[in-house]
Amino acid sequence: MIDSSALSVGDELPSVEKFFTREQLVAYANASGDMNPIHQDEVFAKSVGLPDVIAHGMLTMGAAIQVVTDWVKDPTAVIDYSVRMTRPVVVPNVTDGVLVTFGGKVAAINDDGTVRVDLSAVFAEQTVLGQARAVVRLPQ
Amino acid sequence: MNHDMIGHAYPASQPYLVTPENIAAFADAIGDKNPVYRDEAYAKSLGHSSVCAPPTFPIVATMAAMEKSFHDPALNMDYSRIVHSDQRFEYVRPIQVGDKLVVTTVIEEIKALGTNDIALFRTEVTSNGEPVVTGWSKLVVRGEES
Repeated sequence: MIDSSALSVGDELPSVEKFFTREQLVAYANASGDMNPIHQDEVFAKSVGLPDVIAHGMLTMGAAIQVVTDWVKDPTAVIDYSVRMTRPVVVPNVTDGVLVTFGGKVAAINDDGTVRVDLSAVFAEQTVLGQARAVVRLPQ
Repeated sequence: MNHDMIGHAYPASQPYLVTPENIAAFADAIGDKNPVYRDEAYAKSLGHSSVCAPPTFPIVATMAAMEKSFHDPALNMDYSRIVHSDQRFEYVRPIQVGDKLVVTTVIEEIKALGTNDIALFRTEVTSNGEPVVTGWSKLVVRGEES
């Protein structure tokens, strides 16, 4: 349980590290129904000018919110979540995948008791999500 | 794109039945091991009636509904040139096992920016007629020269 009275704007949430692999991209395609070949087929991805297969932006969005859901424990505390997908996560065919690091910090404590968390997602030393924000109603 | 389609609402989608398998596969795919996505007893310990879906799970239903509209000849949208640039979800309540998600897709906005068109789709998700979540998806349709 999070003590909301002890929270301050600027507080950092524990970060979450994830390795995106080709297998995970296939799993996400199957689970989400997004079968666009740029997320699975290296030859196709390169034929349309991409450096390699890229992760689904929605996979990155789905992974980033774990910073918040791990923190509050109950993911249903998230009442609003938005991102801009600014850069792709490029996933070459390597066993360990590529590291994406997700962070979050308390950006606002609202009068209604909800908390806004601003999220970050960093791949290859560049942010891949912009304006990533979640509004959380802390469990009582 | 046909800017006269701003405000157009497409017919409600066929219901999408939420199963434990679909939620677990989605949670696996985003690499999230939270037991609330898999373990009914744990979900109940948090006060939920059944396993809950991850926050971005609604995209499974909303993207399928939007894709139908992408192919609408009246909208004149070049499907091969779409980039999904922004996504928002505003939740009324969590999606849970047993929900039958029905999506109504509305063209909220279309704007030209240079040679690109930027379209904002609103997807209103209900289950048994009750609101569950609203999504907004911004799609950039790249112009021929870009």
